[in-house]
Amino acid sequence: MIVIVDYGLGNLASVANMFKKAGIKNVCISSDEKVIANAAKLVLPGIGSFDAGMKNLEDSSLIPLLNKKVLEEKTPILGICLGMQLLTTRSDEGEKSGLGWIDAETVKFNLDPSLKLKVPHMGWNYIKVQKSNSLIDSHSKNRFYFVHSYYVKCFDQSQSLATSHFGNDFTCMVIKDNIYGAQFHPEKSLKFGMKLLENFSKL
Amino acid sequence: MALKRIIPCLLYDGSGLVKTIKFKNPNYIGDPINAIKIFNDKEVDELILLDINASKQKRKPNFEQIANMASEAFMPFAYGGGVKTFDDFTHLYKLGIEKIVVNSLIQENPELIKKVIEQYGSQAVIASVDFKKSIFNGMLPYSYLGKKINHSILQYVHYLTKTIGVGELMVNSVDKDGTWEGYDNEIIYQILNHVDVPIIACGGCGSVNDLKKVLYETDVNAAAIGSMSVYSKKGMGVLINFPNREDVIIE
Repeated sequence: MIVIVDYGLGNLASVANMFKKAGIKNVCISSDEKVIANAAKLVLPGIGSFDAGMKNLEDSSLIPLLNKKVLEEKTPILGICLGMQLLTTRSDEGEKSGLGWIDAETVKFNLDPSLKLKVPHMGWNYIKVQKSNSLIDSHSKNRFYFVHSYYVKCFDQSQSLATSHFGNDFTCMVIKDNIYGAQFHPEKSLKFGMKLLENFSKL
Repeated sequence: MALKRIIPCLLYDGSGLVKTIKFKNPNYIGDPINAIKIFNDKEVDELILLDINASKQKRKPNFEQIANMASEAFMPFAYGGGVKTFDDFTHLYKLGIEKIVVNSLIQENPELIKKVIEQYGSQAVIASVDFKKSIFNGMLPYSYLGKKINHSILQYVHYLTKTIGVGELMVNSVDKDGTWEGYDNEIIYQILNHVDVPIIACGGCGSVNDLKKVLYETDVNAAAIGSMSVYSKKGMGVLINFPNREDVIIE
């Protein structure tokens, strides 16, 4: 069972819909500890601010279970948008500590005003996959839908799976063992996102 | 740099899709779910659905049908029409609507819009700015429900982005709607240079050339297409369609 973790934030139904569209059964949305404990894979979605995300996770008392699943049992997990940022140690957006599963922090876009770029980075963008992996084909041209004002800065560049460009190159996907993150929204990225979720289901 | 977007803007009467000319004479187009499925296959960047009757008829959005549409939209999906309360906004976001388009609510309850932006972020609200040529005063904001807006068009967009704080504007020429004559590039250019949020140009698109012109001569972020996405040609039958991205977007 792929479990989309419901901690009160994020577009859960859209993620479930995209799995369904990809023909993947055995997907559920849950906040139940028993269901999560038995999950073969986990998805951590999220829309909103960093502290709101961490507070909801803390209030749900799911963090010890998630730590066990992800760090000990090595259950594959995909963080989406804020869900990817929560994998980092901290964020410029808030005061709380993140889950700290990847060696990275979340920082605000600090763009040269002469570029006249508008934050949030919103819309479709191409990504450059940095190394071959099971989640996304590193050769085909993939575009994805982004909406974010903060981005993940990896301390260990080997954990940066893909980059995109907004003023500067920034990490838009992370990888560390069984832990994956996507800054964009695969659930809203047509066939490109569908393929990614399909690949995740096959991990 | 985010790519430029081409967005079908679908008009809806609460049950089926329609298309207007200069905001009048809605003509029946077809079933919205079917159209959305076709737009998935055509790989459109984003969709906007506007219920043009809800506010007029003082009724709620058709949440049930919107839920069905949202579950078929595998791209960002914006909705507008009859959204009047905080609960309406919350309900729609939960259904998987990314952005809500506000129009008459701007005059009726700007404080509510601010509250929604505080909770969901500025990117979750698009302000729809309709404008119309007036004989004596040039281009003026046009209120869909007839309440006068006491601002010039540039004052109005400034108010929307700075005072209310919406994250995106959809600027729609009433005079160009459904005409296939091309966008009003001049006013779009002026608005674009007056605000610092993304702009969706709307009203009048009739060809790939119109799209190229508005996207690359004004440098607007996105262009909405209406008639062109639901009719095969001007004056011809219904055909849900979408131009080839490669014919328009320069990379």
